[in-house]
Amino acid sequence: MKKVELLTVTKNRRINKEYVIIHAASNEKLPEIFPGQFVEIKVENGPNTFLRRPISIHEVDESKNEIILLIQEIGEGSRLLAKLREGDTIDLIYPLGNAFSIPSKGSKALLVGGGVGVAPMLILGRVLKENGVEPHFLLGARSKEILMELDNYEKIAEVGVTTEDGSLGIKGFVTDHPLMNEKLGEMEIVYTCGPDPMMRAVAKKAKEKDIKCEVSLENLMACGIGACLCCVVDTKDGHKCTCTEGPVFDTKELKEW
Amino acid sequence: MVNLGIDLNGLSLKNPVMTASGTFGFGEEYEDFINIDDLGGIVVKGTTLHHREGNPYPRMAETPSGMLNAVGLQNKGVDYFISDIYPRIKHYKTGIFVNVSGSTIEDYIATAEKINELEHIPGIELNISCPNVKEGGMAFGVHCPSAVAVTEAVRKVYKKHLMVKLSPNVTDVTEIAKGVEGVGADSVSLINTLLGMAINVEKRKPALSTITGGLSGPCVKPVAVRMVWQVFNAVKIPIVGMGGIMNAYDAIEFMLAGATAVQIGTANFIDPTVTIKVIDGIKDYMTRHNISDVNELIGGMIIE
Ligand SMILES: Cc1cc2nc3c(=O)[nH]c(=O)nc-3n(C[C@H](O)[C@H](O)[C@H](O)COP(=O)(O)OP(=O)(O)OC[C@H]3O[C@@H](n4cnc5c(N)ncnc54)[C@H](O)[C@@H]3O)c2cc1C
Ligand SMILES: Cc1cc2nc3c(=O)[nH]c(=O)nc-3n(C[C@H](O)[C@H](O)[C@H](O)COP(=O)(O)O)c2cc1C
Ligand code: FES
Repeated sequence: MKKVELLTVTKNRRINKEYVIIHAASNEKLPEIFPGQFVEIKVENGPNTFLRRPISIHEVDESKNEIILLIQEIGEGSRLLAKLREGDTIDLIYPLGNAFSIPSKGSKALLVGGGVGVAPMLILGRVLKENGVEPHFLLGARSKEILMELDNYEKIAEVGVTTEDGSLGIKGFVTDHPLMNEKLGEMEIVYTCGPDPMMRAVAKKAKEKDIKCEVSLENLMACGIGACLCCVVDTKDGHKCTCTEGPVFDTKELKEW
Repeated sequence: MVNLGIDLNGLSLKNPVMTASGTFGFGEEYEDFINIDDLGGIVVKGTTLHHREGNPYPRMAETPSGMLNAVGLQNKGVDYFISDIYPRIKHYKTGIFVNVSGSTIEDYIATAEKINELEHIPGIELNISCPNVKEGGMAFGVHCPSAVAVTEAVRKVYKKHLMVKLSPNVTDVTEIAKGVEGVGADSVSLINTLLGMAINVEKRKPALSTITGGLSGPCVKPVAVRMVWQVFNAVKIPIVGMGGIMNAYDAIEFMLAGATAVQIGTANFIDPTVTIKVIDGIKDYMTRHNISDVNELIGGMIIE
């Protein structure tokens, strides 16, 4: 069940010049949250942040009833969110959207995140592992300076890294990494979230090897709950809402993917 | 106890707060957040005779204190509404209105005829003001003769409450309001979205796939209040006011300008519980001002 609720910021930690990680605690027990789901945050401010901002759920801490968000400063809304302090309240609608599918026990999965698209991969990796699936992370960034902290991912599984400038891991794009090449055939499924060209390149490679690929789309949204029909993506069954029927789609469903 | 009930030309609603078409789905989308039965009425998504895919993505752009949309009446057609959606929503104890749109007068008639058969739909809102479709839609609503013709034609086949939704994209809104009143509209609702446009300056590209779209939200409110007031001074049928209502004060402002009821649109996206807050806020206002009947607010602006 979706709800609109005021949560309290318990931590807002800057991890690099573009990213912050915000912990927000609910007074109540969190509803069940699935990997791939997102929240809509109200940015309390002036006229330029009128609509809510959709942000993926990065992780949850059930013991503290906390939702954890990874936010990249990109415009006015995200810059204001990055300034939130401990004790501030934030107004969230959550949990929204569908979820990544979980393959059968014993299979291997590749989780490819680029830029801030690494956000949903953390909760997904943990849940996969809890379900007996073997996750492999592949995270890409422009440069080491804005790569996500790897510790939390490394606690779950091995992490492959690519940077465009070669400052860490393999130089190039995620699709240049062995995990997307020699190792790809071992995977039952590939999940990806990040910039559109990256997701398309990942999806193309997965398709060539006939591996199931799920993408998490970041379409512009107004309501986040299926009421406005602004966020549609073209699928083989016509327009679908990325906020309710997505954000996760099997690329087989999508037109021109 | 204050009286919140209003009368829309013979159709009574438990309170003056309704939801605006295209912003509230079929009501179901909001069931997790509010009790739909608490609302005065809901206007469901724009419905056409045949299935429409709507416009390509991107269909939305945020603008200062508002948004542009170019959804383009995506819907599965009136038959799907009747077979699949109506059975799921007909139990709501609120006034359910279907927003009817079309490309030709024949489309409007055929759709209205089908909806006339539905026991639990007390009215339709005739959308002659959608700026997001190439043919039909707003084309009917911005010229008086066509607005009158489509209203007159639907009036002949539609026996229940006929609300006509007016476009703000006209020089004189009162002319069209009077025109549709003259051929049997039971009420008018206004405003639909204002034709607008935004450009992504970095990319030098239009923000919307259709280049132009409909502007809504608090940025349009003063225009909407002005038009409601003008129409209030021109017609006798009740007016349903909308455009940028975010809270009870905004809703009361529309009533003081002459609206019998209000619709809330874009605000539902920011706060899915806003409608209930508006109802509660109107009650508070009435208590504070010693007003026992909400109808006293209608056209209640005091000009010295
Ligand atoms: C389902 C979903 C999950 C998301 N998860 C995250 C997340 O975990 N962390 C995160 O930092 N961001 C995430 N985003 C993107 C985030 O919503 C946007 O970056 C944010 O809305 C930008 O707001 P702003 O006010 O800072 O920027 P604005 O001033 O609104 O825009 C600045 C720039 O960001 C671009 N932008 C705006 N909205 C979006 C969008 N929805 N998607 C992509 N680009 C956009 C604009 O085109 C513009 O170039 C997600 C988006 C969706 C739809
Ligand atoms: C996303 C969106 C979709 C809309 N779809 C319709 C529609 O199908 N039919 C219609 O008559 N009006 C439609 N409207 C207009 C609203 O019903 C309303 O007239 C307008 O948004 C002004 O009210 P507001 O500022 O409270 O949103 C739509 C508005 C929005 C924002
Ligand atoms: S954002 Fe409104 S329907 Fe998806």
